[in-house]
Amino acid sequence: MRVERLELVDFRNYRHATLDLAPGVSVLVGPNAQGKTNLLEALHYLAIGGSHRVATDAPLVRTGAETAVLRTTARFAGGRRVTVELEVRPAGRNRAKVNGQLQSRTRDALGIVRSVLFAPEDLQLVRGDPGDRRRFLDDLLLQRRPAYGAARQEYERILRQRNALLRGLRAGRQGTEMLPTWTDALVRAGATLLAARIAAVHALAGPAAAAYRDLVATAPEQDIGRDVTMEYELSTGRSVTADPHAGVPAPAELAEELRAGVADVAVAERDRAMTLAGPHRDELFLGVGDLPAKGFASHGEQWSLALALRLASREVLHEVGEEPVVLLDDVFAELDAGRRRRLADRCTRFEQVVVTAAVDDDVPLEGPRSFVHAGTLVAAWPSADDGGSADERGTG
Amino acid sequence: MYEGPVQDLIEELGRLPGVGPKSAQRLAFHLLAVDRADAERLARAIVQLKERVRFCARCFNVSEHEECRVCRDPRRDPSVLCVVEEPRDVQAIEKTGEFRGRYHVLGGAISPIDGVGPDQLHIRQLVARLGEEDIGEVVLATNPNIEGEATASYLGRLLKAMDVRVSRIASGLPVGGDLEYADEVTLGRAFSGRREL
Ligand SMILES: Nc1ncnc2c1ncn2[C@@H]1O[C@H](COP(=O)(O)OP(=O)(O)OP(=O)(O)O)[C@@H](O)[C@H]1O
Ligand SMILES: [Mg+2]
Ligand SMILES: [Zn+2]
Repeated sequence: MRVERLELVDFRNYRHATLDLAPGVSVLVGPNAQGKTNLLEALHYLAIGGSHRVATDAPLVRTGAETAVLRTTARFAGGRRVTVELEVRPAGRNRAKVNGQLQSRTRDALGIVRSVLFAPEDLQLVRGDPGDRRRFLDDLLLQRRPAYGAARQEYERILRQRNALLRGLRAGRQGTEMLPTWTDALVRAGATLLAARIAAVHALAGPAAAAYRDLVATAPEQDIGRDVTMEYELSTGRSVTADPHAGVPAPAELAEELRAGVADVAVAERDRAMTLAGPHRDELFLGVGDLPAKGFASHGEQWSLALALRLASREVLHEVGEEPVVLLDDVFAELDAGRRRRLADRCTRFEQVVVTAAVDDDVPLEGPRSFVHAGTLVAAWPSADDGGSADERGTG
Repeated sequence: MYEGPVQDLIEELGRLPGVGPKSAQRLAFHLLAVDRADAERLARAIVQLKERVRFCARCFNVSEHEECRVCRDPRRDPSVLCVVEEPRDVQAIEKTGEFRGRYHVLGGAISPIDGVGPDQLHIRQLVARLGEEDIGEVVLATNPNIEGEATASYLGRLLKAMDVRVSRIASGLPVGGDLEYADEVTLGRAFSGRREL
């Protein structure tokens, strides 16, 4: 799929702006703090219903406004067009429209637009805590299959109930007779998440290794044999090595493994009054060559690895439906000349990719440019070979 | 802040489920504006509710008598017992016409977050009934959400030791759902497709 138009009202520093996007590469150029990232954030919000930068919606609404509106028209295989509109209302529930039709549940409007975003924040995928990597897997699964969201919510609710029970036990307010029931619920719901996450790791491993190899390839003085490895480390202590050809363990087996893991930590759980085994305590191990990426990889390596994970996400999403739009925020400036060129090569194979850069020359790609200045799209010019359609629309 | 009776009413209304401070205020001023007769009819209905309606001594359904309509009905099959969370679930199941046995209303579902454990529900009374009455099958019809499932699974475990068949209504119901909001056809189907635990 591709996005034909993005319209914003009172989103971040945009009062009102319209951005028309061509197929292939589009570049958003402008000095720092003008609103480039905001545009990608808006597109991605339309896909997943949340920001990649902030956990709450309030910062997304322009200072002084009450709500923000994001609207996009996307074109799908076969020429079908769909308009998705979200009204971001920090004080209440968001409103969603699809083709002008108000949806009773906002989430019914999500997932129509598909996008993969790579942003500087993604360094956390490598550097951050296990929670950042679990979220990466969960967000990907959610985009791939919306039902995963319900499974995760169910797990989180069970976890909260079980933790409340453990606290009640420690305080002597509740008896132990309910613990087996909540453990059953936990391992059953947990196994569903585990199976999905292990499947995701299997699916990501190949494309991530390929993307990384591709990016770092011919840097001559570097050790080229350093491949990306991925492992899913269960809270029970077992690691599942990513293997695209390996099947996913049956949920019933995973549930039994989890049950044994919970039994192992029973004493500590009663002591600390919290659930100590389960997918909420798992880790996605990332390695480059023989070393863990976290703590060992160079800045450039971390950057390339995070980028490779996002590029792999694109492949994994594309397997089950429309090709996602690729959004690359400030990527090129961080890469050396070779990596820039190889990333650019890959980008030309995508149906649509939107790139931001503070300095146009950093982006070795042809394609229409839009100039972003203080919340307006003040100028745009087609590159040499393209009659790009991004034109001036913004008002300040 | 308003004064005297208006503020009192706003506060009382605000304690009702689903009524926020704004709605409470709107309702209070609405009542202030309506005819005295209308307001009195509402007040009387509330008083009557508390005076005349109580809980069935056997099954804890709402009832105007010592025992509820269902428990008193000789055409109902006393050997099958359907366990639900709330009286309103009895209403929902009655509407399907699929169930001819009797009920047992737990008064909620197990939820540690809300401080509700087995002791806070009518579970002891359920076990007592299984000892006293001639019950051959128990159908667990708690809501198909996390707390309802946990309650059913706890009861399944508890009743296993007793000489009774235990089944759970089929989960054609939407997960996270509420029996009350399930449409009659779905709920009816859930009943005929119950599976033994
Ligand atoms: N809710 C808001 N209301 C008004 N302005 C906002 C709001 N949120 C962010 N901004 C402004 O938007 C600007 C940042 O925009 P953005 O992050 O898109 O910059 P950028 O062009 O990507 O810059 P850089 O090159 O530094 O990454 C800042 O000037 C910020 O003050
Ligand atoms: Mg930026
Ligand atoms: Zn009764």
